[in-house]
Amino acid sequence: MSTEARVGNLAANDWDGGAFPYRVGHRKLGMWLFIVSDAMTFSAMLIGYSYARAASDQWPTPFPFNPSIIFSTVMTLFLLASSFTMVMAVRASAANRLKAARRWIGATMLGGTVFIVLHSIEWSHLLGEGLRPFGVSAGSTFAKEWAERWPQAPPLFGASFFAITGLHMFHVFTGVIYLGVVALRIGKTRHEDVEISGLYWHFVDLVWMFVFPLIYLMSVDMTK
Amino acid sequence: MAEDDIPNEAHGTEEHAAEHGAAVHHHGPPTSFIRKYVFSIDHKVIGIQYLLLALFSVFLGMLMSIMMRMNMTWPGHSWWLLAKLFPTGAPGGVMSPEFYLSLVTMHGTMMVFFVLTTAPQGGFGNYFLPIQIGAEDMAFPVLNMLSFWVTFLGLAVLVSAIFAAGNGVIGPTGGWTAYPPLSAIGDVLNVPGQGMGMNLWIISIALFCGGSLLGALNFITTLLNLRTRGMSLMRMPLTCWAWFTTAVLALLAFPVLLAAGVLLFLDKNLGTSFFVPAGLSTGTTVIDHAGGSPIMWQHLFWFFGHPEVYIAILPGMGATSHILSTFARKPVFGYRAMVFALFAIGLLGFFVWGHHMFISGMSPYTGMAFSVLTLSIGVPSAIKTFNWLGTLWGGRIRFKTPMLFAIGFVSLFVAGGITGLVLGQTTLDLSMHDTYFVLAHFHLVMGVAAIFGMFAGMYFWFPKMFGRMMNETLGRIHFWPTIIGVYCIFIPMHVMGIVGMPRRYSQFYEIVNGQVQMIYNFNRPTVPLIHFVTWAAIITVSAQVIFIFNFFWSMFKGQKATDNPWEATTLEWTTATPPPHDNFGGRVPTVYRGAYEFSVPGAPDDFVMQTTPDETEANIVTTAGTHAVQGKGDGHNGHG
Repeated sequence: MSTEARVGNLAANDWDGGAFPYRVGHRKLGMWLFIVSDAMTFSAMLIGYSYARAASDQWPTPFPFNPSIIFSTVMTLFLLASSFTMVMAVRASAANRLKAARRWIGATMLGGTVFIVLHSIEWSHLLGEGLRPFGVSAGSTFAKEWAERWPQAPPLFGASFFAITGLHMFHVFTGVIYLGVVALRIGKTRHEDVEISGLYWHFVDLVWMFVFPLIYLMSVDMTK
Repeated sequence: MAEDDIPNEAHGTEEHAAEHGAAVHHHGPPTSFIRKYVFSIDHKVIGIQYLLLALFSVFLGMLMSIMMRMNMTWPGHSWWLLAKLFPTGAPGGVMSPEFYLSLVTMHGTMMVFFVLTTAPQGGFGNYFLPIQIGAEDMAFPVLNMLSFWVTFLGLAVLVSAIFAAGNGVIGPTGGWTAYPPLSAIGDVLNVPGQGMGMNLWIISIALFCGGSLLGALNFITTLLNLRTRGMSLMRMPLTCWAWFTTAVLALLAFPVLLAAGVLLFLDKNLGTSFFVPAGLSTGTTVIDHAGGSPIMWQHLFWFFGHPEVYIAILPGMGATSHILSTFARKPVFGYRAMVFALFAIGLLGFFVWGHHMFISGMSPYTGMAFSVLTLSIGVPSAIKTFNWLGTLWGGRIRFKTPMLFAIGFVSLFVAGGITGLVLGQTTLDLSMHDTYFVLAHFHLVMGVAAIFGMFAGMYFWFPKMFGRMMNETLGRIHFWPTIIGVYCIFIPMHVMGIVGMPRRYSQFYEIVNGQVQMIYNFNRPTVPLIHFVTWAAIITVSAQVIFIFNFFWSMFKGQKATDNPWEATTLEWTTATPPPHDNFGGRVPTVYRGAYEFSVPGAPDDFVMQTTPDETEANIVTTAGTHAVQGKGDGHNGHG
């Protein structure tokens, strides 16, 4: 029996076999399952970070509103905008306007790339100030300030910052490549494939919506 | 904007989605050796590959356990072969304590990951889940191949640790749970095996996690989307329910271990301190990590680790239910209750990880909550046991080898599970946790019971997989020493544990003035038991040679099997033996009834196949419809 018979099956009950019970094909279902599993990975990381933070006497809050939070908000806006362009891409693809769809995907990739570039600038800036995965480098700007202000803080700020944003950046990077492949093959594939890449992209954005408040907003330096 | 758009034939919405399965992903039988047997995308070949991988690992793991037993039983004895093979790890043929600990780690890792997780799910599940639901293949055949080869790579990396761990050990020395701080900073302290050995261990496990979660995703999609017409959820064999539940557990549990593994890797190699507390020193070196929590690793690890126990055992439960019903010639007693019990066990399995950590220190209230939840798993487990006995009750039982092993499974599950109720209580666990009692408990229930589930499955499905029957006499000769042997090994271990014998110790003796003496007086009464267990282990392991011989001999010389040698009802027995590349030879089965219709009053035989139409229902119309669809010459399931 063909997929057609399954998708269009109007039997009494979609769960009785011979039909796609959720009315979606394998790939979309598979992507949803992957998202569930990837969400578990991020949850484990974020809960680990929260555990460490809650269990510590002190935790550094080194991000001044200007420029750190403004800068990361701009990054966030680029990522959000790319979610919007992805919605447009899926809409265009649904209407079979492939050139438009390809352009919107291109815009999404651009948004993701700008995010990665800004993020890298931020990383190198923080590294330059002395933030390291294992703490702060001796004799740096951060080292002096931190020893004064948060003498009891464990050296976990940099560790959790780089681990979690790094894992997220890796996901954005993979997503940009994935979208590139979808854009190149758009004439040969189905609308559903565009939609599925959209699912992944929105998921990566959604994760950032947890990372941003937990890592950035909760580390705002209120004194500056 | 519309004018610059190219309307494209291939890029449609609904109507194209319909063609997709057929147009893009249909695969015919491969012809070259590589595509057929090595990089195959046929779920049946991949299933056998998983089984062979597990067979390799289980023998390596068993060998290690025998080496451990011999070291502990005959202290100071010089083994010629050990001296030859491991001149640094066993100088003069006497094992060093570090070498013993690396054996402990590698035995545990091999067995838990590459045997108990791969064979029941990746092996039998891969082979029979698609056939039992009437599908041509898994939903993602290429991903399926990838899952296997990633797992294979994981095993290769783990085996490479045997050679690369260095310093006279064959792997990390911290146990399969890799508790920090030893796993994170062991190499700073110059602990053998904790440098490169630990790195390889983490990489191996990370790969395994990846392979497993991709496999789980594939299983779930396949089961939901590819059930053939009429195969409603409540008509599925219990094996399918078990594989499905296991896949859900794997999908949710492995990513957490993956995350924990990444953090551990960073701790070890980039100097982060997620799991390393402040103030550690070796006397000469001060470790400059601070602020991390080793307990956090335990939480993350056991959040995976406890569901992992059920990942190992649930497929065995499925196979046991299936086989008990078939050989008792009776429907499974309380099919619905069995399904709900499976899911209840799976769900509860996510809320009890703390019972592995009672002695790590936690709030008494938390301990109480974990304890109550742990004990509540006894309820669905008891439902399952009761229903297995109910299935046997009054049946016309055929004592074939698969049936013997399935009954053995029930016996071992009860014997090993009952001590879980003991250990689930915080107060008792405090004194028992680091003793042989725990060792005996989990070996019986998740180790040996799960292995019995696999044996039952292997004897049962062998004819379908290889076209020949396994030898019945050899099967029985294999069964009896194995069941008696495993009880002889593990029942005395409970006693040793109650006496207080600590686990993971390489030696309980010391040599004073050339005389062998027990280190601890309270262990003195266990000496005969230690010897007894070792001899039982040697005999039991030797008996497995019978299985290996039977396995390979029957593959080529066994009696030819018919399509349905056990007179069973499910779909795998409706197709040819062994099944063709697309499982049903282009014919798509339609299902009319539940999986266990044995001894139906008024039926001509004492079993009714799932594909036998029920003429009293309006199903005949549906059948005609199905045949009309097939008549287009399409005749395949459209996996995409």
